[in-house]
Amino acid sequence: MSVLDFAHVTKIYNVRGAGQMKALDDVSFTLRSGQTIGLVGQSGSGKSTIAKILTQLERPTSGDVLLDGTPIPRRGRPLRRYRQQLRMVFQDPFASLNPYHSIRYHIERPLRLDGVVPAEQIETEVRRLLERVRLDPQSVIDRRPHELSGGQRQRVAIARALASRPRLLVADEPVSMLDVSIRLGVLNLLADLQREEGLGVLYITHDLATARHFSDEIIVLNQGRVVEHGPADDVILNPQDPYTRELRAASPDPEKHFASQSPTGGIR
Amino acid sequence: MTTPATLDIRTVEPAPATPSGQSFWTKLGSAFAMFRNGKSIAGLVILGFFVLIAIFADVLAPFSPTAVNHTARFQPPSAEHWLGTTHIGEDVLSQVIHGTRGVIVVGFLAAIIATIIAIAVGVISGYLSGWKSEGLSALTNVFLVIPGLPLIIIVASMFDNPPLWVIAAVLGLIGWAWGARVLRAQTMSLRNRDFIQAARANGEPLRRIITIEMLPNLMALIAASFVGTVTAAILSLTTLSYIGVIPVTTYNWGTILNWASAQGAFQQNQWWWYLPPGLCIAAIGVALSLINFGIDEYVNPRLRSAGERARALRKQGLNANSAVTAVRPVTATSTPTKEDNQ
Amino acid sequence: MTAVQPQLIEPPAEDALEVGTTATAVKGRSRVPWRFLGSRALFYLFTLWAAITINFFLPRMMKGDAVSQYLARNRNVSPEAADALRALLGLDTDKSLFQQYLDYWSHLLRGDLGVSLLHGLRPVSEVISQALPWTLGLVGFATIISFAVGTIGGAVIGWRRGSRLDSLIPITTFLSTIPYFWLGLLAIAVFSVNLGWFPIGKAYGVGMRPEWSAEFIGQVIHHGTLPALTIVIASLGGWMLGMRNMMLTVLDEDYITVAQAKGLPNRTVLWRYAARNAVLPQIQSFALSLGFIVGGTIVMEMVFSYPGIGKLLLDATNAKDYALMQGVFLVITVSVLVANILADVAYAFLDPRTRQTEA
Repeated sequence: MSVLDFAHVTKIYNVRGAGQMKALDDVSFTLRSGQTIGLVGQSGSGKSTIAKILTQLERPTSGDVLLDGTPIPRRGRPLRRYRQQLRMVFQDPFASLNPYHSIRYHIERPLRLDGVVPAEQIETEVRRLLERVRLDPQSVIDRRPHELSGGQRQRVAIARALASRPRLLVADEPVSMLDVSIRLGVLNLLADLQREEGLGVLYITHDLATARHFSDEIIVLNQGRVVEHGPADDVILNPQDPYTRELRAASPDPEKHFASQSPTGGIR
Repeated sequence: MTTPATLDIRTVEPAPATPSGQSFWTKLGSAFAMFRNGKSIAGLVILGFFVLIAIFADVLAPFSPTAVNHTARFQPPSAEHWLGTTHIGEDVLSQVIHGTRGVIVVGFLAAIIATIIAIAVGVISGYLSGWKSEGLSALTNVFLVIPGLPLIIIVASMFDNPPLWVIAAVLGLIGWAWGARVLRAQTMSLRNRDFIQAARANGEPLRRIITIEMLPNLMALIAASFVGTVTAAILSLTTLSYIGVIPVTTYNWGTILNWASAQGAFQQNQWWWYLPPGLCIAAIGVALSLINFGIDEYVNPRLRSAGERARALRKQGLNANSAVTAVRPVTATSTPTKEDNQ
Repeated sequence: MTAVQPQLIEPPAEDALEVGTTATAVKGRSRVPWRFLGSRALFYLFTLWAAITINFFLPRMMKGDAVSQYLARNRNVSPEAADALRALLGLDTDKSLFQQYLDYWSHLLRGDLGVSLLHGLRPVSEVISQALPWTLGLVGFATIISFAVGTIGGAVIGWRRGSRLDSLIPITTFLSTIPYFWLGLLAIAVFSVNLGWFPIGKAYGVGMRPEWSAEFIGQVIHHGTLPALTIVIASLGGWMLGMRNMMLTVLDEDYITVAQAKGLPNRTVLWRYAARNAVLPQIQSFALSLGFIVGGTIVMEMVFSYPGIGKLLLDATNAKDYALMQGVFLVITVSVLVANILADVAYAFLDPRTRQTEA
């Protein structure tokens, strides 16, 4: 059972020639193992900044990030251990894998670096991880990333993230760059893995529909501030904040009757 | 370019032939993929020809390059002297053959030195951020802006009879800046790519990130920079030899031209003396440019296919630049009319 | 002397932070990118200082005797001139290095570059200022023509990709790998010796004095054609190749398709949309190649005996006239820096992105 506390975090960037830019403004939430939080917001709302802070690629200007009560370490062995507990799946399946290395290499590296299994069992573990993300190990393991499809690559990225047996997973728009027809497959995979491993998942997205389908709680971000936070169904069906209502209205709803469309539509 | 991903669950394909890992030769072949197109191969063949001549100069040259023969001065090409003779009867062909050695050695040595420095400065300044990166970048720019040839002229004039490696070192120390700048730009863009972030998040140590994650992605650029530097070094060497700044006791094509010019060969139409060395320089230059073209097209596939696509379109009677394409295929008899292009 | 360097595919990414759409905008006013120009000015000042310092150390790195022998050989130097020479060439070993450095600077700022022993003890600055206009005229003229023809040609070739014009690229590239000096010598051999169309060298006929007469100007043009033509032919290939490659990359962009779909005439799309964007990296590489251009000029002047500063440098080197060598190097470096500044200013105004990061 792990608890990640994001407490009153503010992040300010200094932009050359444009003064300061506030990416996050007093954001707080708590992520627990076995739970999925959906983080929803449009481009530039600060979602990716949260992901970067969690993976220690950025540091908060003020506020704390605590794992099981202790602040995230800055360097050395404690940082190593922290990184083992929290892994990230990136948005772009084409860019998150090094084009020069085989799939085996990608999944081996975290196993070697974190010493999860003894050396002689690494090959078996790699194959086991590939099977868990529903890829056929034999046909994939020696290939280079450009030989796989986008969906396959994203599954490899998930396998890589799971290699070090983390307790928390940050998925930064994991399906936004995949074809719509395969998104559900990958999301369902994530949901199954979360259930089976008891992971805590922070699912970052701009898509309300999948956020509702997949998360227990939803947080809505607007311009770096949390404008809504609650159980998934409550937030979607009964939004309090005007921004959330706008977001919901913008999602296409196939059950809405044509006649009740706003007059800007051209269909008569 | 994206193939529709229709199958994502279990990829059912027969197992590949190699049981574990790719064979060494496959890996080697894919590492040199950038050299595998027609232009690069042509360039490499020509270059290889010159390298062989340089290595086997002693065997290939019919005469010693300094063999003086006063009875056969200023002779046009003949059966005995394929490229004629100089003002004191030396065989031009032998001189050109022996001159190859100096050119190749200095060219490659200078490029190796310059490229090592360029990689060190460029990649490190691209990966780091802050004042260290800016400082290295300013250093690079200073070397870029300060004009090279005058500096080399002055520096070279300070030595009496510099050995080849000194010349190569000076050329290398002056010529690294361009490659460093290109590598810095590319490293900076690579640094923000997700797979590097993923490696950092995995906790990979810095030296592994630079050597194993980044360098393979930079290989094409490094190769192109190396080839370009060889060209520049060869041109500099021959030019400096021709001017006479580099003493004429060292053999290369530039010094041959120096003697030819001093003896008035250009005014007296002794083309067999001044044409071959210049043509050799041009030939090596062309070979190296071809290799660079090949690498360019490998890195930027648009360059390769743009011409082919346009030609294919033209064959069908369509203009590559028109934005409107006929919906119906254009047959040989009909021409697209205004109504067709709706 | 342009080697065929690898072409940059994308312009180097600025490491400015990507400002999101929700960032609070800061109001900006001016269209003049002061910040950009300011940082470039700082860089050039630093480079100038570095070049002058290199110049300071050059004669001091040479073998000790050479320089003092030089002075010993020439006893007719006036005391002030001797002082200047000592400061410039590092012969006042009784002073500390730092003191020598300060003396060096004070001489420079007064415009005192010493006297030239090769040229009858005339001040170096005078000798250089006589030769400089010839070089600037020849090189400036030839380079501008080469850049213009190469860029326009490259744009057209890129636009008409796949046509017969494509064959121009290997031809011009071949021409640019031929060493400058050899091309010049060949030109002389063919056009001067054999065909007699052009004189063999120099900037004007023997016995003529520089003056503003039609005859003199005619001679200048006549003498200058062959060198200029050689420079143009030798450097054309690089510009053409670079522009054509950039055009091919730009033509694949979506905004070109949009422009064509809007119904704009091809000429507008070619020049106002495609070429306008493709030319930006060209300007950058133009600025960077100024150093190489200078190198080529030196050789050209030697081949054609053209009385510019390149020939001056070579003569000084052969005669071991150290003061002149130092002075010429300084002038060359400063000229390249000035040209770089001009190119940067042009770039800053042409590229809306530099203007935007100010706003």
